[in-house]
Amino acid sequence: MEKLVKLGQDMILLWDNYGAAYLSGIVNTVILAVVATVIGCIIGLACGILNTIPYSPQDHAAKRTLLKVVRAIVRIYVEVFRGTPMVLQAVFIYYGLPYFTDGRVAFSGNSGIWLASIIVVSINTGAYMAESVRGGIISIDPGQTEGAMAIGMTHVQTMTNVILPQAIRNIIPQIGNNLIINIKDTSVMFIISFTEFFAWHRYIVGVNNMYFPSAAIEMIGYLTMTLIASFLLRLVEKLMDGSDSYELVQTDPLTMTAGTYNYPDRGTPFDERSKEYRERTKESLKNRNGSTRGER
Amino acid sequence: MGEMILEVRHLSKTFGSNQVLRDIDFTVDKGDVISIIGASGSGKSTLLRCINLLETPTSGEILYHGQNVAGRGINPSAYRSRVGMVFQSFNLFNNMTVLENCMVGQIKVLKKNRDAARRSAMDYLEKVGMAPYINAKPRQISGGQKQRVAIARALAMDPEVLLFDEPTSALDPEMVGEVLTVMQALATEGMTMLVVTHEMAFARDVSTHVVYMNQGVICEEGTPAEVFGNPQRQETKDFLSRFRNA
Ligand SMILES: Nc1ncnc2c1ncn2[C@@H]1O[C@H](COP(=O)(O)OP(=O)(O)O)[C@@H](O)[C@H]1O
Ligand SMILES: [Mg+2]
Repeated sequence: MEKLVKLGQDMILLWDNYGAAYLSGIVNTVILAVVATVIGCIIGLACGILNTIPYSPQDHAAKRTLLKVVRAIVRIYVEVFRGTPMVLQAVFIYYGLPYFTDGRVAFSGNSGIWLASIIVVSINTGAYMAESVRGGIISIDPGQTEGAMAIGMTHVQTMTNVILPQAIRNIIPQIGNNLIINIKDTSVMFIISFTEFFAWHRYIVGVNNMYFPSAAIEMIGYLTMTLIASFLLRLVEKLMDGSDSYELVQTDPLTMTAGTYNYPDRGTPFDERSKEYRERTKESLKNRNGSTRGER
Repeated sequence: MGEMILEVRHLSKTFGSNQVLRDIDFTVDKGDVISIIGASGSGKSTLLRCINLLETPTSGEILYHGQNVAGRGINPSAYRSRVGMVFQSFNLFNNMTVLENCMVGQIKVLKKNRDAARRSAMDYLEKVGMAPYINAKPRQISGGQKQRVAIARALAMDPEVLLFDEPTSALDPEMVGEVLTVMQALATEGMTMLVVTHEMAFARDVSTHVVYMNQGVICEEGTPAEVFGNPQRQETKDFLSRFRNA
């Protein structure tokens, strides 16, 4: 018991002396994680879309070749960045640039460190999101694509109006997953002297050796950030799903069965909605657990 | 006989080594209601999908007002917006409300403004009895209601021909009637329709023409009275007798 009191006192002591440092670390961590997640999602979206452009033997040979080359490039990008540690990628890029340009171009100064960190984390996130986006697009039933084509919509119109809104909704759990991972994993950016939350821990304990109390502050700090992130993402999911019910504007003259007047999400014996609903729930659970970055 | 809208000439379709359609010839005139009947696997869906260019014909021509749309150099999107299609599985856009489903094509493809699109969407939803549900999402309505919305969505593009691929086959029996009622009303108003169906009563009572398909060829065709009353081919008789006994 007195150990806990002692821990509390030590933490307060640390906070009194280094609170501003810890907080600036938290701010840097959050900015890096959010910016890199957003950019990573854009990269992933672009790759996923490029990877799902359909082509058929009727298409022009140039178009087919181009699409194949694009797919190969995306494949290599995904494999390289998923298959190497991010901490190493950071070193590789940060020191690689001056190496190859004989020091003429380098990530210099604080802004250089920021730039390199954002690039590394974004590219890394993009590699993971590319696969998620592709999966999200493929999982939308092809019937909707045919429905769109049948009213004369082009591939681009179909993607932007029908497929992507649904695919993006379906991959929000993955985006959340990546944001949380980025909040934690940006800690490896200390390797190129990025001063995020964990870097301050390393600095502070180097001065006063208070390893455990500082680690406790870090644990609480990271957990707070990730919990807030999960909560916000749940909120976004809820907003995107919209209302569960709808206003009946007047009565329906053609429906003979009483069942269809019911509030539909309860599931009447005559409809298949409950099944869809089950499948959707199952799907989203799968997305949450079978995270693509689980192995990290 | 009205003016000719579609003419299918020597149409064949092969999937790998499986020849699904062979040398199909027929015409669709304005105001025709053509029912296509036949056993499952006889190529009825493939025929409709070729007509709408969802499948590329292996050989043959599809003439739309005399112009071959099956060749290269044709913009399939523009043509498809003139030839509507209603699917067995509805294929509504799940991210949109009933009203938006009927507006999006008008706005994006026909480039109408939102107000005009909304007005005509409302007209057609009214016609299929779905006006009360404009704010519902597809997952919130029944199968029969979904199919009526799908019909309204196709009508909202103001097509010249409507293709129906077994529009009632995925429905529970209670809901078949509401969809057939809508289709019958369209036929009465003179809509040109091509309907793949297993609803023999609809084929007999509503259509102007009946086409019986068997193993990728048109085995017999004629007026409903001819095909149902006095079938010439043994295959047709066998097929129809299965429905009488059922
Ligand atoms: N995309 C496809 N790839 C290969 N075979 C197909 C494809 N679509 C249809 N088929 C085959 O074509 C035949 C006719 O199918 P279909 O046109 O759906 O018949 P129907 O609508 O009359 O039941 C079937 O044998 C089916 O297996
Ligand atoms: Mg079929």
